[in-house]
Amino acid sequence: MTSSEYCGAADVAIEVEALTKRYDTVTAVDEVAFAVRQGEIFGFLGPNGAGKTTTINMLIGLARPSSGRITISGIDCSKNPKAAQHLMGVVPDESNLYPELTGFENLCFCGALYGMRRRQREQRARELLAMFGLDRAAGRSFGSYSKGMKRKCTIAAGIIHSPQILFLDEPTSGIDVASARQIRRLIRELNADGTTVFLTTHYIEEAERLCGRVAFIVEGRIVALDGLDALMRDTEGREIVQFEVVDRPRLSALQDEVRSAFGEFRCSFDKAGLRVESRDRSPLRIGPLVRYLEEQGLEVLEARRLRPSLEEVFVRIAGIEPERMADDAGAESPTGGSS
Amino acid sequence: MKALIALVSILVKDMQAYYLKPPNISWGLIFPLAWTGMFFVRSGEGLESVPALLPGVMAVSVLFGTTSMLAVTVTFEKKGRSFERLLLAPISLELLMFAKTLGAIVFGVANAFVPVAIAALITDLSGVRWGLLFTAVVLIAVSSTFLGLFIAVAVKEVFEAQTFSNFFRFPMLFLCGLFFPIAQLPVWLRPVSYALPLTYGADVLHNAVRGAGEMPVVLNIAVLVAFCALLFSVSLRSIRRKWIV
Repeated sequence: MTSSEYCGAADVAIEVEALTKRYDTVTAVDEVAFAVRQGEIFGFLGPNGAGKTTTINMLIGLARPSSGRITISGIDCSKNPKAAQHLMGVVPDESNLYPELTGFENLCFCGALYGMRRRQREQRARELLAMFGLDRAAGRSFGSYSKGMKRKCTIAAGIIHSPQILFLDEPTSGIDVASARQIRRLIRELNADGTTVFLTTHYIEEAERLCGRVAFIVEGRIVALDGLDALMRDTEGREIVQFEVVDRPRLSALQDEVRSAFGEFRCSFDKAGLRVESRDRSPLRIGPLVRYLEEQGLEVLEARRLRPSLEEVFVRIAGIEPERMADDAGAESPTGGSS
Repeated sequence: MKALIALVSILVKDMQAYYLKPPNISWGLIFPLAWTGMFFVRSGEGLESVPALLPGVMAVSVLFGTTSMLAVTVTFEKKGRSFERLLLAPISLELLMFAKTLGAIVFGVANAFVPVAIAALITDLSGVRWGLLFTAVVLIAVSSTFLGLFIAVAVKEVFEAQTFSNFFRFPMLFLCGLFFPIAQLPVWLRPVSYALPLTYGADVLHNAVRGAGEMPVVLNIAVLVAFCALLFSVSLRSIRRKWIV
């Protein structure tokens, strides 16, 4: 089955077949295939170094595929990556506008690169600056913006020409909670207006909130690709409880003892504390575990039942522990309550 | 039309962001002034020697102005990743790089006419063939800018761009016949001179200012055009190979 058969060839925005990228002896992307429907938010997830950015770079024309085929809105871009660039908006993982130009000048310049006439690009730039809450800072140099403002301005630059397809590479990475929430809301609004969004992120929770379908990429290969509901179906009936204790270093030191004493649980230790999940779908009885922890001198502050998340699905499919994803993401979190 | 809008915007942005910044304007004035003064004092002759010095000073101003600016700005944008934004624009790489180099060409041409303006105040330039002079300046500016592009593509860091530029600039300066006639160079060095674009540019300048060139003007112009085409195409090939990996 080709990738477009997943969603029907007529409404395919991006189609990728057997896409491979090799650097000397390293295969960064290995026979990747997927299709993105027009008007959907497609999540492309994986830990750092999994091949997300290499894939996105091949899609937008900043990297040449070693083999495989890329079709954007019916245009074959495998040989000529420039052919469909007028349809795309790109927001890279780092804000890359010109620090010496103002926010307004940067947006106008980006509009001009797509051939927008002066009046048209100035009007659109003003609209976007207002939409992103940057109108007051429009006349300030981009270099003086905060990280969140830079991110928003970079997204605005990516959509100045009203692209059909928007590529967002880690859009909320390294910014504060309020800005991240605002960016997620804007992504939803853009999508509601018909823009197809290709989102790469290592924040699984972000993908869970935004995306209709997701692909997981690990070590250059897609290990799962499906709708969010289908992926989450597997987690139905599973129970997870997160424990927060006073003395976390001591809890970490007791990892092996806890695991051997409660073999019926799948235990994982992270920065937040201890997370426990039943190995089968039987109800989780946490009383003995709480007593055990307290006998070990650990005061349990909170035991919180968690809703199974996409992260659980990813961990199960990819075999990657949450710690690794957290480490990849650094100390940042995209969360901050539901949005 | 869309391509033209993009081209003009890149030119205007570069002018605004780099070339029209006060330090660059002052550099563009002081550098030619310093070279003019230095050679004038060194010649120990009167004002009648100015036309003889003018081609050399003009060529030096263009060469240093264009290579320095372009090599640094492109390397700087590449390092800051803002160059990626240009690569994502729906215009051909040829047009993009031409737009990117146009600012440096204009800057180089403007630099060349600073010593001309000074010379016009102190000596008689009525014998100058202005059309030929302008053609020579433009061709030197284009070839030097494309040399700057070639350097920018070859290096990763801004400081490397400066160092690598000098590797080409200083030998070129002393071997191109501007200050010493090529005939006075050792025989084994002369082929090197004839392999440098500035040799042909300098010859046209001498022809335009003093009516005394070593080679036919048409040959000089043809060789300069060939150098421009070669440097631009080699640079584009390198960009495709190194920056769109």
